[in-house]
Amino acid sequence: MFKKWKRASFLLTLVLIMGVLAACGNDNPNDASSSDGVGAEISGIVTAAGSTALLPLADVAANEFMQKHSDVSVTVQGGGSGTGINQVANGAVNIGNSDVPSADKIEDEALAGQLVDNKVSGIAFGIVVNEDVKVDDLTVEQIQGIFSGKITNWKEVGGQDLEINVINRPASSGTRITFDKTVMKDVKINDSIGTNQDSNGAVENSINSTSGSISYLAMSYLVEGKDTSLKIITIDGAEPTTDDVANGSYPFWSYEYMVTKGEPKGAAKAYIDFLVSEEFAEKVDQMGYIPMVELMDR
Amino acid sequence: MKGHKSINYWKSEYIGRTLVTLCGIVIVLTTLAIIAFIAGKGIQSFTVSGISLWEMITSTNWSPNDGHYGALIFIAGSTLVSIGAVLVSAPIAIALAIFMNYISPKFGEKVLRPVLELLVGIPSVVYGLLGVSILVPFLRDSFGGVGFSLMAGIIVLSIMILPTIATLASDALRGVPPQLLEASYGLGSTRWQAISRVVIPAAKKGVMTGIVLGLARAFGEALAVQMVIGNTIKLPEALTSPTATLTGVLTMDMSNTLNGTAWNNALWSLALILLVISFLFILIIRFIGNRGGEK
Repeated sequence: MFKKWKRASFLLTLVLIMGVLAACGNDNPNDASSSDGVGAEISGIVTAAGSTALLPLADVAANEFMQKHSDVSVTVQGGGSGTGINQVANGAVNIGNSDVPSADKIEDEALAGQLVDNKVSGIAFGIVVNEDVKVDDLTVEQIQGIFSGKITNWKEVGGQDLEINVINRPASSGTRITFDKTVMKDVKINDSIGTNQDSNGAVENSINSTSGSISYLAMSYLVEGKDTSLKIITIDGAEPTTDDVANGSYPFWSYEYMVTKGEPKGAAKAYIDFLVSEEFAEKVDQMGYIPMVELMDR
Repeated sequence: MKGHKSINYWKSEYIGRTLVTLCGIVIVLTTLAIIAFIAGKGIQSFTVSGISLWEMITSTNWSPNDGHYGALIFIAGSTLVSIGAVLVSAPIAIALAIFMNYISPKFGEKVLRPVLELLVGIPSVVYGLLGVSILVPFLRDSFGGVGFSLMAGIIVLSIMILPTIATLASDALRGVPPQLLEASYGLGSTRWQAISRVVIPAAKKGVMTGIVLGLARAFGEALAVQMVIGNTIKLPEALTSPTATLTGVLTMDMSNTLNGTAWNNALWSLALILLVISFLFILIIRFIGNRGGEK
């Protein structure tokens, strides 16, 4: 009797494993296009992976999207922008989330030509300092001086006599690449000063605990309740808000991309369309991102 | 009846043997596959991306955006932090092993051994978190600087490898034949003389193996060290200055670079360097083992 049960449960497990394997086998991009659903009910599986900066937004969007379309399953994973572009180029996922255009990362031009960068939102980054720093505004030149190691004390930029502790992200991080492109421009970040922290969370932690420290963080980490102890500095008087980014006065921001192999189709297209839609824009804003509708004329 | 017996015999004899052999083959194949894969990826930066091996292991200029891939800082950082950890940890671990076996065996068996086993079981991210939230601020307040430092890495690592060395050293001490101890007592030595002049030299092989294993573990540890060492791309000037390790740069950059780019290839080369160095450690262990056996 007992033996029979054991055998039955073994068979059941086997069947379940086969089922899961079969389901995984369906992961290739073409399946997402199984219904090209214009007007019809959308169905299919969408897989996305990549940028940790975009992850929270993509996750919330996935949940809301799945509530509206019960036949669609959207799974979103992190892993970094490089992972996202890699996986979508290999066909392992439908959507690769990235902080930078895919052409910035990929060297193989034939492969780069197949990838389409869909802009899904903007994201502003804040220059953040430890709360003991008595400086509220820095010019772009001052920031360049600090991160290139020319300015080493807060008194040189109008603060008190306190050593500056620079905290960087590693050179491959999407946030740092944006910082490089929009703020540092031609000035090189000096990697032999300060420390490197490999995630937004670790940066937040270090700024909190290190006196005189300065770094940069995505605004999605600084919204509602998360900004209590970190001080955000304005750049040339402009704030990292949707308004200042939209009117062009705040430089430190970038687009977030959902990279697809070829133009997006089916459920993947519906998901991306939902993310940039007017009805989802308010949520995008709440979560610290900049809705695409606000960036239309840029 | 005879047939039935032979089926049973077949079952008990061959199924087990096949299974065990298969497991052995799988393990060997897995190891070889990993080595082949990392070596294959690792040499691409020299064969495909045109980076010079000499530059990689002798230059301190690591700026992938400008095409410079000097990894000396990381190699030095990894070496310094793991040797430092062994220097801190080994004497304490050997002292613990002596205490457990000869000074107070009862306390050692009932308390120390379970405590060491607990230490082994703590995941490295927990050590890293404790390091960031307690050790780093403490170092900053007592020695200045930012707290993220070589010293923080050494301290965290030395706690992590302490149980490895202590357990192996303890096993080695336990393996020393009691006759040796009795003979030295018989010659009129004190307990301390017997331990330091007879027992420890006799157990040297096992103790050394423990130390090398601890060193290898320290060299390969990524997360805990990366969280406390600061990851600054610079050779450390003092114990209090931050630096970076091979494992740290791998975990930070690997997921953000694309397959096939020079940067990604260079990271695989760093992984290959790590692998080669851990093989060296294993060779050293074997060498110690063989030399002990010839005696």
